[in-house]
Amino acid sequence: MEQALQLEEMRLVEALRAGDERVFEQLVRMYQGTLLRVAQMYVSSRSVAEEVVQETWLAVLSGIDRFEGRSSLKTWIFRILANRAKTRAEREGRTIPFSSLGDSEPAVEPDRFDRGHWASLPADWPEARLLGDETLQVIDAAIESLPPTQRTVITLRDVQGWSAEEVRNVLELSETNQRVLLHRARSKVRGALEEYLAEDA
Amino acid sequence: MTQIAEQLDCQELVELVTDYLEGALPPDDLARFEAHLVPCDGCRTYLEQIRTTIELSGRLTPEQLDPAAEAALLGAFRDWKSR
Repeated sequence: MEQALQLEEMRLVEALRAGDERVFEQLVRMYQGTLLRVAQMYVSSRSVAEEVVQETWLAVLSGIDRFEGRSSLKTWIFRILANRAKTRAEREGRTIPFSSLGDSEPAVEPDRFDRGHWASLPADWPEARLLGDETLQVIDAAIESLPPTQRTVITLRDVQGWSAEEVRNVLELSETNQRVLLHRARSKVRGALEEYLAEDA
Repeated sequence: MTQIAEQLDCQELVELVTDYLEGALPPDDLARFEAHLVPCDGCRTYLEQIRTTIELSGRLTPEQLDPAAEAALLGAFRDWKSR
């Protein structure tokens, strides 16, 4: 599996080096949205993030001959982005996130418990409403409203299906911090779903 | 993570759900976590809801690239190719 993936990826790299426009287009479509989201974690505005992503693609093209395949192509592209976004953020005088995780945030409101046990059990989620289109909009909105670091981690892990290791490498996070951010993000998205599903249909 | 007493209560369990799903719980904590789940309907439901949340998040579609940005990138690609 791993080897097959590597082979497939080296084919992409070779095609890119040879100037295959369709392969470039495919990569852009595959990663653009996620690149933007990661960039927005570092820089202040959407338009600066778009510039950073644009620069990243140019850097990918000018560097592809030097790509050695020691990391995956995806990780390599996102590392280029993260480095550029960080440089840009420093120039803007912004501090890099992750320096501190801040205060602890309970996964579930403390008033849901009575001496450590559920005061009232979490209600079963109604299947029919759960599978409606609106549910995905609720999740999307909940992810959007998260603090940028949590939003980025849950997007990469749960929306895009990256491994914990890939996320740690790209965002330069410790194992613990990656997990704490993911935990807070998932807990809040679950909370938003619970709230939505408890409303009268 | 904080020290865990002999038995987990529900409020402690919900804070360990991600470590559990990530396979990051030390053996002792894992045993306590699973022992708590067996009789506790509330925590089983909670864990199931977190799994559902993860599963549904994976169905979101990424933001589409706007056509102008895509055209600009393809233009840049052609410039690079003819370098």
